Amino acid sequence: MKRITIDPITRLEGHGKIEIFLDEEGEVKNVFFQVPELRGFEKFCEGRPAEELPSITAKICGVCPGCHHMASGKAVDAVFGLVPPATARKLRELFYMAHFIHSHTAHFYALAAPDFVLGPGAPPEKRNIVGLIERVGKEIGTEVIRQRRIAQEIQALLGGHQTFVVMNIPGGVRRGLSEAERDYVVEKAKGFVEFAQFTLKIFNDFVLGNKDYVDLIVNGPYKLTLHSMGLVDADNRVNFYDGKVRVVDTHGNELCKYGPDEYLEYVAEHVEPWSYLKFPYLKKIGWKGFIDGQDSGVYHATPLSRLNAADGMATPLAQKEYERMYSTLGGKPVHATLAMHWARLVELLYSAERCLELAMDPDITGSELRAEPGPIVGEGVGIVEAQRGTLTHHYWTDKKGIITKANIIVGTTNNNAAICMSIKKASEGLIKKGIVVDQGILNMIEMAFRAYDPCFSCATHSLPGRMPFILEIRDANGGLLQKIKRD
Amino acid sequence: MEETKPKLKLAVYWAAACGGCCVSVLDVHEKLFDIISAADLVFWPIALDTKYHDVEKMPDGYIDITLFNGAIRNTENEEMAKLLRKKSKILVAYGSCAHLGGIPGLANFTTKDEIFKRVYFESESVVNEKNLIPVPEYKAEEGTLFLPSFYNDVRALSQVTEPDYYLPGCPPQSERLLEVFKAIVSGAELPPKGSVIGAETKTQCDECIRKKTENKRIKKFYRPWEIKDDGITCFMEQGVLCMGPATRAGCGYRCIKGNAPCRGCYGPPPGVPDPGAKMMSAVASIIDEKDPEGINKILEDLADPAGTFYRFSLPVSLIRRKIL
Amino acid sequence: MEFKPRIVAFLCNWCSYTGADLAGTSRMEYKPNVRIIRVMCSGRVEPTFVLKAFANGADGVLICGCHPGDCHYQEGNYRCLRRYLLLQKYIRQIGIEPERLKLEWISASEGKQFAELVNSFTEKIKELGPSKIKDTIRTFA
Ligand code: SF4
Ligand code: SF4
Ligand code: SF4
Ligand code: FES
Repeated sequence: MKRITIDPITRLEGHGKIEIFLDEEGEVKNVFFQVPELRGFEKFCEGRPAEELPSITAKICGVCPGCHHMASGKAVDAVFGLVPPATARKLRELFYMAHFIHSHTAHFYALAAPDFVLGPGAPPEKRNIVGLIERVGKEIGTEVIRQRRIAQEIQALLGGHQTFVVMNIPGGVRRGLSEAERDYVVEKAKGFVEFAQFTLKIFNDFVLGNKDYVDLIVNGPYKLTLHSMGLVDADNRVNFYDGKVRVVDTHGNELCKYGPDEYLEYVAEHVEPWSYLKFPYLKKIGWKGFIDGQDSGVYHATPLSRLNAADGMATPLAQKEYERMYSTLGGKPVHATLAMHWARLVELLYSAERCLELAMDPDITGSELRAEPGPIVGEGVGIVEAQRGTLTHHYWTDKKGIITKANIIVGTTNNNAAICMSIKKASEGLIKKGIVVDQGILNMIEMAFRAYDPCFSCATHSLPGRMPFILEIRDANGGLLQKIKRD
Repeated sequence: MEETKPKLKLAVYWAAACGGCCVSVLDVHEKLFDIISAADLVFWPIALDTKYHDVEKMPDGYIDITLFNGAIRNTENEEMAKLLRKKSKILVAYGSCAHLGGIPGLANFTTKDEIFKRVYFESESVVNEKNLIPVPEYKAEEGTLFLPSFYNDVRALSQVTEPDYYLPGCPPQSERLLEVFKAIVSGAELPPKGSVIGAETKTQCDECIRKKTENKRIKKFYRPWEIKDDGITCFMEQGVLCMGPATRAGCGYRCIKGNAPCRGCYGPPPGVPDPGAKMMSAVASIIDEKDPEGINKILEDLADPAGTFYRFSLPVSLIRRKIL
Repeated sequence: MEFKPRIVAFLCNWCSYTGADLAGTSRMEYKPNVRIIRVMCSGRVEPTFVLKAFANGADGVLICGCHPGDCHYQEGNYRCLRRYLLLQKYIRQIGIEPERLKLEWISASEGKQFAELVNSFTEKIKELGPSKIKDTIRTFA
């Protein structure tokens, strides 16, 4: 047996590691995607006052802290039995749109685009954002940094701290928006819409305009047939901040639709001894192992699954793009892992449009920011869509609102099994008997999990936009046979 | 002839971290280009391809400055801390986790076993009939898989190796990083080893813009949601616990700007070994009551003194973990 | 081996310290396990001192000050009382038995009371057994 270790951040990083085992023939036998990290928030949140959790749990992730702040804020509202007034609800969603713009922009430009614009086989030293800028022009690089900064400034405006906002308080928000501030946000949101459209144009010109890429997306070794999860509004349209979780099966038929407080009936988590990260699956189907298809309990929760799970987008420009995507890729649902990039850009456009919509909403400058405290309910669930998947926070408290138990299912965790399988699929398709594993193949494997924008590795948000990579092929005893490094 | 200064060699590494510290380096936005032009990033897992092996191969002291973020939670974190100590001229504990243990340090209220039990057995969404838990070495059919071992305690960087400086904050304010960076690049004389850099020597209260009254006393503490914050008066004077008196200034009181009380991520001011102890003094002085029963009644409203006073600093505090 | 508790006592200079002195000079017997630290006022006892004592291996910490109303600095002992009650809350939360920390008012003439206090406190600590604090919080850097 041969063994290939892809340790993205070579054994020192500990945020994600891949082991590929080959049999004597050189065919892929099995693939393990390991997450060697655990911090134990579920446990040490016990004893903390519930109202502190939106800030504490935001520290689960410095890349998507706003998602935890929101899911937690909603769970805390529920614990206290409070429904935030319209202004507060809309301010939260406004913040959340800025958060999505910030994250999706970074992912596309720093990470995804270099592969497509320059090509998966381009020399590694070119296949990064610097190479990207050379190719598409310098203004774009500056513009990306600028838009990301503006999105962050809006976060700070609404939530104090630029990274770890302190916006949520039980039943509402701590700070309102003045008319002048609203005007500022409106102006910036218009810029976001333009920028999102521009980004889609780049995608259109460089990716869709190239037959090979479309072929790679549709027919490459990246197809994984999974059920799709996503949050939807009352009309089954994509929503990030609020609604019900809908899951459609591999054919696109609704499997279930549940409110936050019903999640335990629908989702369960499996444990493996070789990873600190658990593997969620659909409870009614059960854990059937690392297999895809209609009978598997494995689902994914990604930009693509959100679009699959919904009937459309709630804003006009994004809806158009949604329709175009599905008609280009042969109808719903789409199972091509790489289509996640396109889906992410549809979401970017939606976030920008929704940001503008909310900023112009008359309620947004309202002065009623919080619901009056009432009796404490003592249990609550909050669900939002994080950039990387459905995020669930569930808290129990004593009668004073002190946390007695907490359960958290993080966005990326949903995709743990799916990522393992995507890597396996790609490896199986690319590593064959007699084929010499080289840089290009490495990158093609990497593209399989990069599509998920996995959050265990914030490398996905890097500026140079390359996943650090070293690949070692060893014999079964651990002896090194071949080592490939990407410089 | 003009002498060209060799570029600095810079490394950024994360241990048990959330990624926010690494993002804070990117959050210098357009100024990132200034950093890149003055320094070569030789190791930065979030962004670069340099490997563990490559770091091992570097001569000792090869890296000029390493910004080490994240707490020490497992074997791998500790090994990396020690390796980077050897390879770096200046090792900076960057951010609250490395400086004080940070939010992950709250795990010192519990134990490894309790955490595993909660996460892998008791969690309401877990189905684990075979009672599996992650293990450092797992013999799969195809070969052995390795994971780092999880410690019972969380430690700050200074508890496993000797950092030269501490740059506080969760995460550090990006402008502060720029200031420190510029100072180092300019060749200015560095403060004595062991200093806190990139922060003030005053307390948060000294800088805070909220209105304070001399010798104000209070009769009751409130949870933040129990009162309507007026947005103007000092939180403590409104009876809302704020870590300002026991916290070093430097962040630009950014939480207070968002109408939330400070939680102390910048750590204690100079000369204060234990931020919680300092906070206990501050709380004791503001209470307007002399009778033991009356005092206890007021204190009852402090919902979680240990978890609030040591929100970011439990692992480096005097009683650094729960006594079992 | 018999357990000899290590007790640290912070005594106010103006009252309790004199009281302890009196207990000594009038040969009232009290257990010899006490390390006495004289402070100018119980109000000067910082929570840091108490926590340091525990962290360095004290099995019990005793604080003594002037009776209410008698503090030379007017408010010192009230401040001490508030700190003490808050410290109690904290040490309970961090897993230290609250009985290991005690505050009493002892005047300059209360030598006997001081001796009795030390004896009963020592007994209490003996019941509790040696403190595990120092070992538990050790880091092996
Ligand atoms: S200090 Fe704060 S931002 Fe930095 S790694 Fe720790 S939790 Fe994240
Ligand atoms: S206690 Fe808090 S609100 Fe009051 S002055 Fe200090 S930092 Fe400002
Ligand atoms: S206000 Fe306090 S908690 Fe907030 S960033 Fe500043 S030091 Fe940290
Ligand atoms: S002088 Fe004795 S307690 Fe203040």
